[in-house]
Amino acid sequence: MSTNCVRNSLGRLVPREIRGLGAVEPFSGPYARLDGSFIWTASPVSRRVPTISANKVVSSLRAAIERSGLQNGMTISFHHHLRNGDAIVSLVLSELEKMGYRDLTLAPSSLGDSHDCVADAIKKGLVTRLNTSGVRGEVGKAISNGYLESPAIIRSHGGRARAIEEGSLKIDVAFLGAPACDRLGNMTGVIGNTACGSLGYAMVDARYASHVIAITDNLVDYPLSPRISIPQYLVDQVVVVDSIGDPSKIATGATRITRDPLQLYIAELAFKVIKASGYLKNDCSFQTGGGGPSLAVARYVRDYMKSNSIKGSYCIGGITGYMADMLKEGLFRTLFDVQSFDAAVIDSIAHNPNHVEADASWYANPFNKGCLVNDLDVVVLAALDVDIDFNVDVLTGHDGILRGASGGHSDTAAGAKLALITIPSMRNGVPSIRERVQTIVTPGETIDVIVTERGIAVNPRREDLIARLKDSGLPIKNIHQLKKDIEAITGIPEEISFQNEIVGIVEYRDGTIIDSIRKV
Amino acid sequence: MSKAFQKHSMRSLLYIPGNNPSMLQNCAIYGADAVIMDLEDSISISEKDSARNLVKHALRDLDFGDMSIIVRVNARDTPYFEQDIEEIIPASPDAIRLPKVDSASDVLAADELISRLEEINGLPKGKIGIQAMLETARAIINVNSIAASSPRLVGLTLGGQDLAADLGIRATKEGYELIYAKSAVIIAAKAFGLQAFDTVFTDVNDPEGLRTQTELSFALGFSGKAAIHPSQVSIINSVYTPDPKELAKAIKIVTAAREAEQKGQGVIAVDGRMVDAPVVSQALRILELARLAGMEVSEL
Repeated sequence: MSTNCVRNSLGRLVPREIRGLGAVEPFSGPYARLDGSFIWTASPVSRRVPTISANKVVSSLRAAIERSGLQNGMTISFHHHLRNGDAIVSLVLSELEKMGYRDLTLAPSSLGDSHDCVADAIKKGLVTRLNTSGVRGEVGKAISNGYLESPAIIRSHGGRARAIEEGSLKIDVAFLGAPACDRLGNMTGVIGNTACGSLGYAMVDARYASHVIAITDNLVDYPLSPRISIPQYLVDQVVVVDSIGDPSKIATGATRITRDPLQLYIAELAFKVIKASGYLKNDCSFQTGGGGPSLAVARYVRDYMKSNSIKGSYCIGGITGYMADMLKEGLFRTLFDVQSFDAAVIDSIAHNPNHVEADASWYANPFNKGCLVNDLDVVVLAALDVDIDFNVDVLTGHDGILRGASGGHSDTAAGAKLALITIPSMRNGVPSIRERVQTIVTPGETIDVIVTERGIAVNPRREDLIARLKDSGLPIKNIHQLKKDIEAITGIPEEISFQNEIVGIVEYRDGTIIDSIRKV
Repeated sequence: MSKAFQKHSMRSLLYIPGNNPSMLQNCAIYGADAVIMDLEDSISISEKDSARNLVKHALRDLDFGDMSIIVRVNARDTPYFEQDIEEIIPASPDAIRLPKVDSASDVLAADELISRLEEINGLPKGKIGIQAMLETARAIINVNSIAASSPRLVGLTLGGQDLAADLGIRATKEGYELIYAKSAVIIAAKAFGLQAFDTVFTDVNDPEGLRTQTELSFALGFSGKAAIHPSQVSIINSVYTPDPKELAKAIKIVTAAREAEQKGQGVIAVDGRMVDAPVVSQALRILELARLAGMEVSEL
């Protein structure tokens, strides 16, 4: 594999050809294809036209699979809106195994803690290729240990939408979990015992897959109300099962703000950077995640906007109940919800017309005619590691094993005017600022500020920001100095040794290859 | 201003449980003027030894920058007191916070032990200060003799919860019920050149309540206040941070006073108003707080 590799513009050795994907281009800059000259062609979708009187509700999952025309070697997809409660992936893989399928490409929008069954499917040869945004647990180990026949392809949320629309990721059969569905296939995630909120990722699959199977445990009277997230004309079959997932792990309560003093302190520093940057003003747009210090940053932003009577434009991304409260308070005009992070958003998304269910392409596909991330003012992001060039790794842990998700990281960083990383300076005694990160997911050119509890580094490319933060009283440090200060406590860890074999590639949002992941 | 002076001027004193390595490692980042590494109430009996060990090594191995380092040992009437002092003093903290001080003899006993250990370990005599915690009604009536007890004493503080329990009253958020005790401690401290520190505000989820109580601490004359969570530090510091206008006026007053002194003038006027010694003294305190807050104060 390494003989057919080339160094991309970040100096990373990446393959020129990938089985199942064909020839690929090396990364050559985050905006290389966004200068107005690049021509992009969306792929036409071929589908079998059903008979006019077809009954979509089938008696069993097996019958639905048989009717879908799925064959060995084809590509199947899933969404990850059911979070850690998802039972659809294991249900379908188990049925496919019983039916004797082999050599499938699995292309979920992401995989989480409930998907260790995928590792078994890989080891048994049921799944031989994997396209995903993220992996956890046993699946990460299976990939890093080289069990897949072809390298896993890691895409951002925007990159996946692009790949599906252009046909480089061609989905043959999409198995879409539906917390509520009617007999003609209208479905939504905003009601039902297993309500999960937005179906933003699934919308793209439904639109472009050759065959769509809705799987529900809540068949409702036609037509579905109060909301149709994915309309009937995109759905071929409806299967009713006992359960699509564990409600206690899907409908988790409101995500709570961290009480960890270190994370709170990092959040406070991040907020002060945002405030000093000047971007937090009327009509601003904002994105933050649901974990770590992210939600705590949102709390500071909320208090500041309230006390200064600031009214923002929109929030996007993974949406928490906290953001829904900010919408209710009038701090933002609109929430664009691609993925709901907690059940506290359900009421808002179902009843507030300004809480908009947005699909992944609208959210972040760099090649459509204007995705939401392009107009972002501020995004607060997490990271596993960063390096002195501000490159970010959100995929590989300190042991080199895959255990993260690309998500909307590189999409939002590329679009936002201020992309800010919050990261503890060390984890388990290992420093978080490295000479070079193990795996680049988000290029440093798109990251503006790194906030740790031991200092804040501003990307030297952002001279304007450096000038604005100069008199803020914040602990701004050169990134080399910050790295040195942290290493004075932790020491410098030894590099992990990898084998030559490439077990995964990280595709940048524009389809070029930004990095490769090697066998551990 | 000398570093030693800065080290002993404390607005915020952050309590850290002595058995938590990560909190000990990170305590210097939150902007507190002092850390109080606790071996007493936040440490269960089974953890006493490991906390003492951890604090001892933290004092030796970690860099705490300009923070003052205080260790709260267990009270004199516990079986841990002597061992705490014997193991902590050689690691040379800036001060020992002595809980449950009821009378001058408690301070003197600790003083004697610390003096002996300073000598054995080759430390400068009197280097390590004592902060006495007054936590009973008896301590409050003895406050003057406690304050006068030893030159090693650098500060007095209250133990709010214990004192309320001893008085048979409920501690409120505002803390008005302890006004007499607080004032008694402040006046005794000032009379003997000591610092006076207010007790903690226990509700970490009520930043506004903390701010209100700290404003009262400041108004009463406390030099600073203890924090039980890092998020409380910036609130305490902000209450002790002078307003820029107030600072500008203080600079004018001190500059005029210095010039008058050089010229041998007695009474001076600033902006048409008479300035005498108490006004200059207040202005100097504002400059000190401004420096602690990192505000720009040209050398005067």
